[in-house]
Amino acid sequence: MNLEAILADALKAVETASEIAHLEDVRVNYLGKKGEITGLLKTLGQMAPEERKSAGQVINQAKQQVTEAINVKREALSAAALEAKLAAETIDVTLPGRNMASGGVHPVTRTIERIESFFGELGFAVKSGPEVEDDFHNFDALNIPAHHPARADHDTFYFNPKLVLRTQTSGVQIRTMETEQPPLRIISPGRVYRNDYDQTHTPMFHQVEGLMVDTDVSFTELKGILHDFLRNFFEEDMEIRFRPSYFPFTEPSAEVDVKGKDGKWLEVLGCGMVHPNVLRAVNIDPEKYTGFAFGMGVERLTMLRYGVTDLRAFFENDMKFLNQFR
Amino acid sequence: MKFSEKWLREWVNPAIDANELAEQLSMAGLEVDGVDAAAGQFEGVVVGEVVECGQHPDADKLRVTKVNVGEDELLDIVCGAPNCRQGLKVAVAKVGAVLPGDFKIKKAKLRGQPSHGMLCAFVELGISEEGDGIMELPLDAPIGQDLREYLALDDKIIDVDLTPNRSDCLGIKGLAREVGVLNNLDVNELEIPAVEPTIDDKISIELVNEEACPRYLGRVLKGINLDAQTPLWMVEKLRRSGIRSIDPVVDVTNYVLIELGHPMHAFDLNAIEGGIKVRSANAGEELVLLDGNTAKLNESTLVIADHNKALAMAGIFGGEHSGVTEKTSDILLESAFFNPVAIAGQARSYGLHTDASHRYERGVDFALQRDAMERATALLLEIVGGQAGPIVEAVAPEQLPKVTAVTLRRERLDRVIGYHIDDETVTNILRRLGLDVQFENDTWQADVPSYRFDIRIEEDLIEEVARVFGYNNIPNEAPLAKLNMTRHNEADVAIKRMRDTLVTRGYQEAITYSFVDPKVQNAIHGEDNSLVLPHPISIEMSVMRKSLMPGLLNTLVYNQNRQQPRIRFFEQGLKFIADEQAENGVLQQGVIGGVVAGSCYGEHWHLDSHAADFYDVKGDVEALLALCNTSARFSFKAQACDGLHPGQSAAIFADGVEVGFIGALHPQLHKQLGINGTAFVFEIEIAALNNRVLPQAKAISKFPSNRRDIAILVKDEVKAGDVLAAIEKVGGNQLVDLNLFDVYKGKGIEPDYKSLAIALTLQAVDRTLEEKDINLVVDNVVATLAKEFNASLRD
Repeated sequence: MNLEAILADALKAVETASEIAHLEDVRVNYLGKKGEITGLLKTLGQMAPEERKSAGQVINQAKQQVTEAINVKREALSAAALEAKLAAETIDVTLPGRNMASGGVHPVTRTIERIESFFGELGFAVKSGPEVEDDFHNFDALNIPAHHPARADHDTFYFNPKLVLRTQTSGVQIRTMETEQPPLRIISPGRVYRNDYDQTHTPMFHQVEGLMVDTDVSFTELKGILHDFLRNFFEEDMEIRFRPSYFPFTEPSAEVDVKGKDGKWLEVLGCGMVHPNVLRAVNIDPEKYTGFAFGMGVERLTMLRYGVTDLRAFFENDMKFLNQFR
Repeated sequence: MKFSEKWLREWVNPAIDANELAEQLSMAGLEVDGVDAAAGQFEGVVVGEVVECGQHPDADKLRVTKVNVGEDELLDIVCGAPNCRQGLKVAVAKVGAVLPGDFKIKKAKLRGQPSHGMLCAFVELGISEEGDGIMELPLDAPIGQDLREYLALDDKIIDVDLTPNRSDCLGIKGLAREVGVLNNLDVNELEIPAVEPTIDDKISIELVNEEACPRYLGRVLKGINLDAQTPLWMVEKLRRSGIRSIDPVVDVTNYVLIELGHPMHAFDLNAIEGGIKVRSANAGEELVLLDGNTAKLNESTLVIADHNKALAMAGIFGGEHSGVTEKTSDILLESAFFNPVAIAGQARSYGLHTDASHRYERGVDFALQRDAMERATALLLEIVGGQAGPIVEAVAPEQLPKVTAVTLRRERLDRVIGYHIDDETVTNILRRLGLDVQFENDTWQADVPSYRFDIRIEEDLIEEVARVFGYNNIPNEAPLAKLNMTRHNEADVAIKRMRDTLVTRGYQEAITYSFVDPKVQNAIHGEDNSLVLPHPISIEMSVMRKSLMPGLLNTLVYNQNRQQPRIRFFEQGLKFIADEQAENGVLQQGVIGGVVAGSCYGEHWHLDSHAADFYDVKGDVEALLALCNTSARFSFKAQACDGLHPGQSAAIFADGVEVGFIGALHPQLHKQLGINGTAFVFEIEIAALNNRVLPQAKAISKFPSNRRDIAILVKDEVKAGDVLAAIEKVGGNQLVDLNLFDVYKGKGIEPDYKSLAIALTLQAVDRTLEEKDINLVVDNVVATLAKEFNASLRD
């Protein structure tokens, strides 16, 4: 067979190969040790030297041509194979992932955490204390002696005349001042208890109280810090007012109202300058130091912030309710 | 306290309306809870007289009347009230009148009889919420006068919620004083002239307990007529103060109470034997109160007694025996000052709370007793007639509160307020408050009037100045403080991290009440060391929780009852255990715990839907323990824990101390609580979790590690944890990792036996381990397991 016919056959075979394995067969058939083009090259030795050069050139060209055709075809085939493989491996990426659906913290905790971060930024340390409290820390040290009318207002749960479920977290402030000297900046979040249960009262709720004692702490500063806090908490530049009130442990005392969207004032916290008797009860000299204190109801703030309308929902722990706070 | 706006305006009349007045009071610290109209909205109602009153021919219960309203013709009106009678002065809604609720009066026929109007009851005019029959007006009521005008009904009832320190405002007199201060207006003080005695009758008064009662005034009134009617103006003023008319004597004492803020009492003179003794109650003494109940008096209670018996609980409640009745003609009027300390808490200890006790325990003006007595006497004589004797006053002057002088320093005022209010403004505010003020050397000396007994110290004056100046006129400032860096301990593990760990693992935080149902708690933990609330909200909330389990299980049931198939809750808080060693006899420990029930992952297209089991929950607990960065601290020990399945529960130990538990709830509790499926619970003390081991880095080996797997056969009861602990102990420092990767029971293995497949990873820091090194460790491990657990290698 002459070279031209062999070359044509070879190129045709490359052209029709549909798999990489076939292509290998073609290579062996034409370019392998016993391949047809290789066979022609072997005949060159028997040729006359003057013929050998030109004939060799022609055969090598044919070999080159076939090799190139095979390479091109191989690339085309492997690209097609890869494409087919990838197509076969396609998955439905819209199916849901394998997931342990995460839970969430209680909205009351969420509010406490926010408050802690606002005041933590200003160097207020978070303190906690016992919930079953003696009457000294819950009342006496807070300038609420026995039979003070304010005690009656507290609807206190008594275990005995000396032991109560704390009605406020102020006892933590007393415990802190008993062991630490000013300057003091603390907040104390936690559960408090009042013997009252209706639409707007639960026998347990949460308070965050704050205390700052230093040499020159003033009422203007109390106003300033609470003003900043409320605007931060609600993320709104709402109107805020300070209304004189009375707490045995502070003087002057104030209640703080914010103006709701309906134009009504809502009471959100109580505060005041620490009463000198309270400082004296923990051996802090009220002539040397002054302080402010404030207390807020966490549930109330949470209700206002997230539009919760029923206080009792916080303690029913219905997953459908809690799941909304992510 | 409720009061009539018009009444207040008789004393002081600022040029602001009721709402502005309410706002002003609130902003001065006298919080107004409500402003309500004194009567419903109505018009066209006039005073009339029933001229004729006859039976309706066709209806037993109706009367046919002719009513004079001062017009040319009498009005025909049919009336169904049983008290309708001839000669009565009534409130007539004429044709065209509009009553509350937009009810229009038209000409009508009732059972055939014409009716051109309506005779009204108090209720129909929104004046009171109760009462039978039509209004009966005084006989001198002017016919034809508009009723609103006649009764001064265009009035507001203002309800002010006074703080305990401002009992000086528990009367019109005190409120007027305050409104005068706020508006810079003079108050029209009431003239109270002394009533000259017309008889000599008097009664002796002895102050046995002078400290509790430093001043007591008594006055005899004889020959009073209790058939007399309390005048309508007084009834109305009392009504607007929230007080119902009873009889003229009670009404007058109540009137003085509201007007002057001073409580009074009246005794039936003939019930008093000998004279009055103000003393503490005797042991075992009893007193039948005006409400008919018998009080067993305790010795700290002050009583008004005669020479033989207690007559009344001083400053709190009268006694039945000496009470004024319709038959009474002679009375003893009392006007006394009781020390607040003697009254405080007493009323409450008997479950009582009266207008008098409310004032006495907060304090009344110690100089007001004579005024109150004279005022009450004059009013009584006017209404019930009779003769007044002289006032007998028993007083212990040295026991009366002192008029105090309080000092206010300029520097202190500025320091506490943080803002400079000028001298003149401060002086002016203090003077307006009725204080006698001298200002010298940057110091105010203020003599406090007897009615402001709440002002005792410098801070009281600072508050008064700030309050009257206006809190909102004081600027806001950012606090100034030194930027001291607080101490932080890297080893602390914040509770927030524990919460976040559980939240990421699918737990929802719950907050449950700290007091739980004893039935549930006792079923879990037994009754020992419980802390019981003596006066709970309900029996289901009557014992302090000894663990988080009662609350969490309750939450579980609540949600299962609301079709939640997959439950994972956690809670963090205190548990309370009676313990004599602990502060106040109560151990209060922070714990974190959880409850899990139902499918582990929820239904999923590919994940298995197995119900969460012990090991799912244990994995969550291990995640919490991992926060401490030390596996050596903790261990789980198979143990029957309170309320748990004895074969599926473990105690958690930290450094050898029991700090928690984990397990399946006991099947009996599932049944008792109505839980679907199996619930798993865990709880760990915060103190065991809130500190972690700080990293101490070691060099990482550069040499390859070798893994050898062994499978051993052991008896079923052998605990895998013990096996692993034993391997760790003998493995030496070349054993760098240990993993139990299979537990197998069944074909090929004898019953009662199980196969544990364990991977040992060995590595040295200084060289590549050779086969013989590795075999040495593995052989040692196998030999130990054979010895300790009777373990054999599985073929």
